[in-house]
Parts: sequence; structure tokens; C-alpha cells
Amino acid sequence: MNAGILRTGGARASLVADIEARLLSKRTLGLGALTLLTGCDISDNDQVQKVLTTVSRWNDRAQALLFDPRRLAPTFDESRAVRDFRYNAYFGPDDAPKLDPDTYRLRLSGLIADKKPWTVADLYALPQQAQVTRHVCVEGWSMIGKWTGTPLSVFLQRIGADTTAKYLGYECADGYYDSIDMPTALHPQTIMAFKLSDQVLPAKYGYPFKIRIPTKLGFKQPKWVTTLYVTNRPTGGFWVDRGYNWFSGS
Amino acid sequence: MSKVTGYQHHPLILRVTHWINAAAMIVMIGSGWRIYNWHPALPVDFIFPPVVSLGGDPVLSQPIHTEDGLASALMWHFGAMWVLVANLLVYLGYGIFSGHFRRDFLPLSPRAFLRDFMDAARGRLAHRLGEYNAVQRVFYWGVLAAMAVTILSGLGIWKPVQFQALTALFGGYEAARVVHFLGMTAIVAFLAVHLALALLVPQTIKAMITGHAGTKEVQS
Repeated sequence: MNAGILRTGGARASLVADIEARLLSKRTLGLGALTLLTGCDISDNDQVQKVLTTVSRWNDRAQALLFDPRRLAPTFDESRAVRDFRYNAYFGPDDAPKLDPDTYRLRLSGLIADKKPWTVADLYALPQQAQVTRHVCVEGWSMIGKWTGTPLSVFLQRIGADTTAKYLGYECADGYYDSIDMPTALHPQTIMAFKLSDQVLPAKYGYPFKIRIPTKLGFKQPKWVTTLYVTNRPTGGFWVDRGYNWFSGS
Repeated sequence: MSKVTGYQHHPLILRVTHWINAAAMIVMIGSGWRIYNWHPALPVDFIFPPVVSLGGDPVLSQPIHTEDGLASALMWHFGAMWVLVANLLVYLGYGIFSGHFRRDFLPLSPRAFLRDFMDAARGRLAHRLGEYNAVQRVFYWGVLAAMAVTILSGLGIWKPVQFQALTALFGGYEAARVVHFLGMTAIVAFLAVHLALALLVPQTIKAMITGHAGTKEVQS
């Protein structure tokens, strides 16, 4: 069972349309500046893209070597946590998926022993811990927040996941998909975050949970997660397929 | 500028590392400007004109990559950084062990710098090929220091968890971004002066390409 099988083509197409609409509106703002462009940049050359992508794959391996599974991300005093956390998605907060706690089920697939779907109540009954850590976005902004939830390693043990496998993949209600390396999934600060700023995670921040990973860039941390799967096959990722580095560790 | 005298010889390793560094620097600066534009580190209303930044045509990037130009900039930046650092280490090794730094960039004193600086300001500082005056020496040490600061703060931004001691050294993640920007600014300022002076004394460009310029006979 893999990412592509569970994703419907229709959802994907409308998603891309959404993104294009968003970018189009953003682009009109800078149209004056853009008319100056010659429309020629070597980055868009296919051969150049191939070389850049090859180097990016190499950077995945270099970062995996640099990653120390025991090194903790710096934590901060609670007073430094932002209360009004930045909303970030390729659609407006009003269009964020609103998952129904009564019908929501977290689906599990791949190299997992117990694939019984999880309800919100089951998830929220798991042991929880809080962390005040810095969220770093690939775009450059950062923000300190307080997240509370269950270490993903605890959950993976609970469901009998094969933690010797290479990847943990995920899919989300908005069509988002990606994967992380298993050592990062097992890192003590990687949590299924059920709360932000002591409040049950609001819909726009990923209800019923987001995976908070202080050792990775923000786009690797999914919201509105509907499927988790364990696999040894490399997966694509929404932004990775658009050229972002897959490992993207901090 | 007075008459150019002297003789300049640049060994092959110095010329190769110089031009690799030049190419890697251009890529790092161009892609860095594109990355900066996405979320400026400085609290001022300024972005670099997209046309001078590197990362793909923002308009064409959408239909081609369904992404508007940050991904390519990041790939350029995190690809060229290996070239830049590896090349710099070769150059530093050469500079230290060949005596290039000791011979050409030293000695250096505030008094010599002031003297040469005043001469240069009055347009009386003659350029002797193969010999660096005190102002040039300060510039070369300065740009090496700026590169060190920019690279180290860059590592602090790239890996604020794995290299957290480095990030903390620059005052934390957000401060490290500002330091990284200021380091870049210093390098670009050096580049502007470096290019202007090279164009004023084109013999130096010839020396950096062919290895030789001027004549060995001492002229006066």
C-alpha cells in the first residue's frame, strides 16, 4: 500500500488548480518588476535541473549523516512561545480541511502490525508531553511555539511499526503528502501534536493533529494527517516533487 | 593611477581556485538573494530585483516546475556551498603551506595601512604587479574574514539543531540570518572594489588567467 494508491486524481488536480490560483494572485502584485525579466534563466534548463536534483539527493545523504538522533533541538522558556502562530498553507485558513471528530479515522498501512484505524478519542488518550521549540520555515521565517502531544516513537511502538524500515510516509486531508526518514520519526522531540498554545489544535493548524518535528523544516511537518505508512521505498513529497530537498533537516 | 611596473606570477593552483571561487560566489550570492526575497531577514522594505537573482524565471517556473523559483535557488545554494567550501579549503591550505599568505599578505601595520590609504586617496599609490600594498592586504584579510563569518553563520542557519552551538554563537537563528546577510554585503562590497581595481589595471586580469604579467626587469 503506498501513497499514490490512496490519492485520488481529482483531489490532486483541484489542489494544483488552487495553488496556481494563489500564485497567480500573488504574481500580479509584482507584475511591474516581472516585466523587466528577460525570461531566460539557466535554472530552467532540463540538464541543469537534472544536475541540481542529483546534488540535492546527495545532500539528503549528507544530512542523514549529520543528523544525530540524540541531539535535541533547543527549547525555550514558555514566555517566548508565540500565542498567535502564523498560518501557513497554499490556501486560505477558511479553506482548511475541517475534519469531523466523529467520522475521522487515522488510517495505517505498510509495514505496521496493527493497522486498526484510530479515532480522535483514541489518539487524544495517548500519553502527552509539551515542548517549546522553534519552527523554521524553508522560506526563512521562524517562530517559537508550544506544542503538546505524543512522541511519534511511542505511537509507532504501540501500532507495531517496523522501525527498522527506512521511511515513514504520510498523507493529509488536503492532498498533501511526503515522508521522513525513520531516525527522525523516532527522535524524542518528534511528536503527534494535539495542542498548540495549550489549545486543542484548531482546524487551520491541522486538527486533529500535525506532526511536529523540530529537527526539520516546516514543510516536512504535515497537518490534517489522515494516513501514516511505513515503507522501505523512497516516496515523493508535495514540495519535494517541486524541487525542495527531501531530507530538509535542521 | 601611476605607471604599472613589476612582474606578477600566479601559480596554476591559485588561478584555478580563484576562478572556481568566483563562479561559486556568483551562484551563492545570486541564489542567496532569491532566498532572501522570500522572507527578508532585514526589517526594511527591500528585495533584490528578481532579474539579478538566481533560481529560475519566477513566471516560467510555475508552468515548468509548479513552483515559483525558490526550489531552484535552494538547490543552487546548497549545491554551490560544497564547491565553495572545498575550494576554499584547498586555497587556504595552499596559502598557508606555500607561504603565499606570509609572503604576500604580511607584514601589515596600521601605520603602513594609513600611509598607503592616504596615498591611494590622493591617487598617488602606484600599482606594482606582484606586490600588494597595505590597503590591498587589509582588503584580502578582510574578505577572508567576511567569508569565514558568512560561511559559519550560514551553517548556523542551515543546521540550527545539529550545529546549535554555532547558531548560538551568532545570537540565535534570527540573528544568524542578519549576520549572514551582513557577511554577504561585505563580500559584495569587496567584489565591487576588486572588480573596479582589476579593470583599472587589466594586467592583473591577464596574470590571473595566463599566470604571468609584466616584466621581470625592475623598472623605476
